Amino acid sequence: MRKLTLAIAVIAPMLGHAASAQDTLKIGYIDPLSGGGASVGEGGLKTFQYLAEELNAKGGILGKKVEIVPLDNKTNPQESLVQAQKAIDAGVHYITQGNGSSVAAALSDFVTKNNTRNPGKEVLYFNYAAVDPSLTNDKCSFWHFRWDASSDIKMEALTNYVKDTPAVKKVYLINQDYSFGQSVRSDARKMLGAKRPDIQIVGDELHPLLKVTDFSPYIAKIKASGADSVITGNWGQDIALLLKAAADAGLKVNWYTYYAGGAGGPTAIKQTGLDHQVFQITEGFANSGNKAAMDYEKAFRAKVGLSLWYPRAVNEMRMFKAAAEKANSIDPVKVAAALEGLKFEVLDGGEGTMRKDDHQFFQPIYISSFGKLTESEPYDEENTGWGWHLVSKVDTPQTIVPTTCKMARP
Amino acid sequence: MLELIVISTLNGVLFGMLLFLLSSGLTVIFSMMGVLNFAHASFYMLGAFFGFQLTKWIGFWPALVLAPLLVGAIGMAVERYGLRNTHKHGHVAELLLTFGLAFAIEEIVSMIWGKSPLDYRVPALLDFPAFTVFSTNYPAYKIFMLVVSVVIFVALLLVLKRTRVGLIVQAALTHPHMVGHLGHNVGRVFMVVFGVGSALAGLAGVIAGPALVTQSDMAASLGPILFVVIVFGGLGSLPGAFVASLVIALVQTFAVALNGSLASAFGPLDPSTGPSVLSDIWNVTIAQVAPIVPYLLLVIILIVRPMGLMGTRES
Repeated sequence: MRKLTLAIAVIAPMLGHAASAQDTLKIGYIDPLSGGGASVGEGGLKTFQYLAEELNAKGGILGKKVEIVPLDNKTNPQESLVQAQKAIDAGVHYITQGNGSSVAAALSDFVTKNNTRNPGKEVLYFNYAAVDPSLTNDKCSFWHFRWDASSDIKMEALTNYVKDTPAVKKVYLINQDYSFGQSVRSDARKMLGAKRPDIQIVGDELHPLLKVTDFSPYIAKIKASGADSVITGNWGQDIALLLKAAADAGLKVNWYTYYAGGAGGPTAIKQTGLDHQVFQITEGFANSGNKAAMDYEKAFRAKVGLSLWYPRAVNEMRMFKAAAEKANSIDPVKVAAALEGLKFEVLDGGEGTMRKDDHQFFQPIYISSFGKLTESEPYDEENTGWGWHLVSKVDTPQTIVPTTCKMARP
Repeated sequence: MLELIVISTLNGVLFGMLLFLLSSGLTVIFSMMGVLNFAHASFYMLGAFFGFQLTKWIGFWPALVLAPLLVGAIGMAVERYGLRNTHKHGHVAELLLTFGLAFAIEEIVSMIWGKSPLDYRVPALLDFPAFTVFSTNYPAYKIFMLVVSVVIFVALLLVLKRTRVGLIVQAALTHPHMVGHLGHNVGRVFMVVFGVGSALAGLAGVIAGPALVTQSDMAASLGPILFVVIVFGGLGSLPGAFVASLVIALVQTFAVALNGSLASAFGPLDPSTGPSVLSDIWNVTIAQVAPIVPYLLLVIILIVRPMGLMGTRES
């Protein structure tokens, strides 16, 4: 009798577990959880875990509990594929990733091949932050969906703002020397040339990725060029050190950036004292003025202890739920079909669309500046007392860029 | 043009002094003990994190003294309980020990302080532009770094070359048994030397922390360039490391300032060749390859003069 009880005690939880596995919807989160990118990767993981909890509190997706499976890829494409295979073997049908366009390209390719070889066991790849335009152009895939604005969309929005800002006359471009930095640079040249041919590009610099410790020589060059504005796609320590060196040298220009708001960026700007001289292009931010988004920010900060870096992740998970409900299935092929062309009210307000042609999400884009806050802007960043302030909102129609994608559908 | 030359020279000298500040401890340990300390950059990182924490509790100036002492104490413990035991198995074992230690320290630091950059600021007393050249400001803090570097250089040189302590330390490296027979505790000499070397790394960390980014991967990002400095200057030569720091920083700074490429020197390639590997090489500017230049110098000096600029021995 005792043995039987013991056996039941051991087996019962296993059965229970097997049953619950049927009721969970696993999402593989493949991003750096160690190494140089870990600070960003950990923030992303906490965000997705928060979003999963939020969905589960409201009954999950079609009654299934959402579970985030963290997988460490060390920002390495090869390692990412190993982790993706591991996830697929464990029965994961949805993966999400954001850091590094090289990783994204490898994953998109991997998922596409996997789905061709294993019909009936398809996997969808939700990209929340890798912005290389090629992912929705020449390298586009039916199985890849991108919620972040690609780098050319951000540049389209930024140049539409610059078009109406006559103070910008001499622009200096400084970017990291890899696919993303090069695309920022060539997009800026092309779009500024078309919209503001009077603007002079007084410098165009590419520096090695995450290897520069002292940016003073670059700042000296910017100063010598007489630029009034700098456009940069730099992220991580490359933006922090660049801004520090600029403030040390007393360089007075406006900075138009993609990622000044990333981990460590706000701290660096506050240290430099560049009050409302650093601008950022995002799909949403803490002080956007939208009531629902600002309440969401409050709850998020209270629970997670971080700012909501990725409003797009909120859109991603909510649209996943909407698409699954529309298809009335969690079969990846049906969800993918439901996502195509899906219109959705985004977190910060306004309508976005998942374009059918290339699986790029189009949404309102904000340009904000970092500095001292007014009374109606309650949120600072990284305890600096400074925060983001709305400068300009670019509506969805002004962010549309053409695509060369020739989508191969199953 | 004159403006760019003057400013590049100034920037180069300031960056060079920062490099020397970082590599001085490594040189001391290497020249006195023959240990190539892979964990040196980790001690530098510990210095920055201790500096940050102590600054929060008791202010920057006490931290400037206390943090290096703490790091030095840790260094001594590492020598006493780690290196001394592996010493009899030769240099490879010592190297592996410090190699492992570097990873352990990084993990511990990120466990305690997290992986995000810390808000470690320049002290208010030094937070002003010291002087202005061609409308470019030079912050007082950078001048402070320069002064500290020069003071350390002079002090180390005097202690090693002009005092009895320096004599014993140098003798202990080449003739440990004889020094022991003369009544000196060789083990303790090595322990103190390692401690001083680590403390110098800690001091560099406290000072460089606010100027650069203080986060848990700072050791990994600065480690390689330190080895370039001491190999280039001559393994174990203090004046060599000083000169090498300056040369590397100046070369790198001036390289950034230059926009020349093969295309601008010899004219653009025939467009019919189209985009290829060759056109990439043809169009790359000197500025683009600047941060790689120190490593190129390392390779060249190892081929031409294996003992380094001012080194006396080959290993």
